[in-house]
Amino acid sequence: MKNTIAERVADFLKRYPPFNLLNKEQLLEISRQVRIIYLEKDNVVYKQEDTGHDQFYVVHKGAVELKREEKEKVKTVDHCDEGDIFGLRPLFANENYAITAITEEESIVYGIPIDIFKPIATQNLNIGNYLLESFASNTKNPFSKEYTNKLYSDDEILLKNDPEIFDLQPVKYVKKVISAKPSSPIKDVAQLMFDKKVSSVVIKENGSPLGIVTDKDFRNLVATGIVPIENEVSRIMSSPVLCYPKHTTIAQAQISMMKHNVSHLCITKDGTANSKVVGIVSDHDIVLMQGNNPSVLMKAIQKASSTKKLKNIHKKIRVLLKGYIAQNIPLTHITKIIFELNDATIKRVIDRAISKIGEPPVKFAWISLGSQGRKEQLLHTDQDNAIIFEDVPEYKLEEVRAYFLLLATKVNKRLNIIGYEYCNAEMMARNPKWTLSISEWKDQFTRWTTTAGDDEILLCSIFFDYDISYGDSSLTTSLADHIFDITRDNQRFLSMLGVSALRNPSPMGFFRQLLVEKDGEYKDFFDLKKRALMPITDAGRLLILQHRVKNINNTAERFEKLAQLEPENKDLYLSCSYVAKSLLKFRTKHGLMHHDSGRYIELAALTKEEKMKLKRCFKIITQIQELIKFRFNLSHFL
Amino acid sequence: MINWFTKRNREELPDYWRTYEALFKEKPPQTLKETRFVVLDTETTGFDFKEDRVLCIGAVSLINNTIDLSESFELYIKQDRFNPQTVAIHGIIKNEKVNMLDEDEALKRFLKYIENSVLVAHHAGFDIGMLNQILKRMALPKLKNKVLDTMILYRATRITSNLIDQEKNYSLDEIAENYNIELQDRHTAAGDAYITAMAFIRIVAKLNKNGKLTPKDLFRIK
Repeated sequence: MKNTIAERVADFLKRYPPFNLLNKEQLLEISRQVRIIYLEKDNVVYKQEDTGHDQFYVVHKGAVELKREEKEKVKTVDHCDEGDIFGLRPLFANENYAITAITEEESIVYGIPIDIFKPIATQNLNIGNYLLESFASNTKNPFSKEYTNKLYSDDEILLKNDPEIFDLQPVKYVKKVISAKPSSPIKDVAQLMFDKKVSSVVIKENGSPLGIVTDKDFRNLVATGIVPIENEVSRIMSSPVLCYPKHTTIAQAQISMMKHNVSHLCITKDGTANSKVVGIVSDHDIVLMQGNNPSVLMKAIQKASSTKKLKNIHKKIRVLLKGYIAQNIPLTHITKIIFELNDATIKRVIDRAISKIGEPPVKFAWISLGSQGRKEQLLHTDQDNAIIFEDVPEYKLEEVRAYFLLLATKVNKRLNIIGYEYCNAEMMARNPKWTLSISEWKDQFTRWTTTAGDDEILLCSIFFDYDISYGDSSLTTSLADHIFDITRDNQRFLSMLGVSALRNPSPMGFFRQLLVEKDGEYKDFFDLKKRALMPITDAGRLLILQHRVKNINNTAERFEKLAQLEPENKDLYLSCSYVAKSLLKFRTKHGLMHHDSGRYIELAALTKEEKMKLKRCFKIITQIQELIKFRFNLSHFL
Repeated sequence: MINWFTKRNREELPDYWRTYEALFKEKPPQTLKETRFVVLDTETTGFDFKEDRVLCIGAVSLINNTIDLSESFELYIKQDRFNPQTVAIHGIIKNEKVNMLDEDEALKRFLKYIENSVLVAHHAGFDIGMLNQILKRMALPKLKNKVLDTMILYRATRITSNLIDQEKNYSLDEIAENYNIELQDRHTAAGDAYITAMAFIRIVAKLNKNGKLTPKDLFRIK
């Protein structure tokens, strides 16, 4: 019987070892028996000490973390992604699982029945050897990287989630070593380095390293005129070279560079200068490997050549964020750094999409709305975005819009893959309602502010907090001016906005207890977004709009500005600014703790100190709501 | 409507039908984990229940979020009717090289395969309708299985907001796009069945946030 899906599975498997060693019939025979398993985030595939399943696993999509519990400490052994195998060895050895496998994100894994695989694997000598090798290579540390049969080492930044493990990981070295003979003229070597875009060249004789020349040597010895440019390169090389064997750890490499005050190490076959060169390590490479530093991540984003790479970088941003929160770094710094990284990601995605579909027909601006627009997006939340494009003649309008909708569809999709959820309300640029020309946008706002009903007020509050992510800022400025013009003296509209800012009253009950959700999915949880973040955000927006201040979208910064503008309310505004920051931090902390958006808080899990802190925040919210009620004369609306 | 099998005595129903029918006397599983879903799709010569014919049935079996490929179903059916217009969509020509069965045999195997499982399809009304037409030609009653439509279930995952059209019809492509499901083998019965199954899993996960969803709750969604 024809089996279309099994054929697809075979197409996938044949790209990865050991399946690439099977012939077509064997591969199809296995594929016909595969079980395709869908797992949500944080689902356990198997647990340490469980007896072996009747199948082993291959990751088709997503990522699986392998952990081992040792003396009450949980260590991450490895991360598996697309094409990686896990849980095979215990089945061959008839042992229980020595590690736990748990999904790090929504994943699809293939379960391959061992009964089908074993006979084929034992018949095929190549596979047998492959498995033997990968099982045997980890005699020293049975839970090392090889455990998952990774053959493809990716030259990516390591995830530094455990500093202990990080330092002890083998250093990754550049395998394509550029080399020259000691007798080559200095000029030729410089040309070679220029052509190959490298900063160092190994000087080799009979395959073993004699010395090394770096950019610095040219500067110090040639450019200064000490050594003439026609001389042999051996005159300027540093010699001897520091040589190390393949499995040198990062810590070792780093220390020896510091000790000898050099920037490069040579990796040779036996670790001495008498054997063949296999690679080279620079201090710069080591910094890149650490990867827990924003400038490295920023560079990686700007260089990322695929959406998958961006996704991996974003996982690292999360690790970075976790570290910041743990170290209690001020939130203003954190938000700025994370905002820049998010912003760079969006820019990169748009750049890549444009290079794929061609230059835009007219100027445009990609705007981010909501929390990213307010620079308050720390954890990935929904994507809310829209496009403003330049006015074009009527007959061209739809053609131009079609281009931007295509662009938006691509960008929205890629952002989703990276980890920004689609907006449930389709508040995204791919929706034709939110990809409009500048005139259409102005009309839209005019309509919203003159015929304001509940829906329009909601839309206004979403769209007022926009920030340009990409493109031409004259478009966004022009729209902002328009908004100020139409809202000036529009008392009715400001009142409506005021009412909506007060729609979620103080979250404290009569007995000063915190109000929790009464029903639904999050019964007995506290809705931090609706009851605390939204009221303070709404208040900041309304007050800043009244003062006609543009280009400040961040709630905390808005209140700081308000404190300057209204010295008589300075204390209250500064408190509000503080509250905005501390609530955001609260949300981020809880989001990281529970791997979610941090919106819903389980009250029972809070410490007394945290509860007190929240209550203090709510007191300030009540005060600012009183101010709004009074200023916009809203008592008769409520 | 005329009940077409009244002419035929119940006793005259063939054995395979009675075996199939008997399965429905069992009490169905009460939890999602234990329930077997058969996610299916058909390729047809067109959209007319009376005139058009089923060319291919593809289906996968889904239990506890796992699709076991050793239990997948893919059958091509010999038909006299041929519609060159739909060939462009599904690519099945009149004399395919794959093994083709006649309609009766195909349906017999299909009944044996689905047993009393819950059937799932995108725009299920159409596929189930076409299959019931075959049964009618065989002078058999309609399918007895419970049916779920991924279009209707997907709609239920969208939030209720005035900003969204509540009556919108979602195509399989749109849903796949939203969940990042690859569109390989689109418009083959087996390929579409697989895509539908992947969408179904995601939809159910969305609806089952609190972990208490039962099959009964799914049947209630309109």
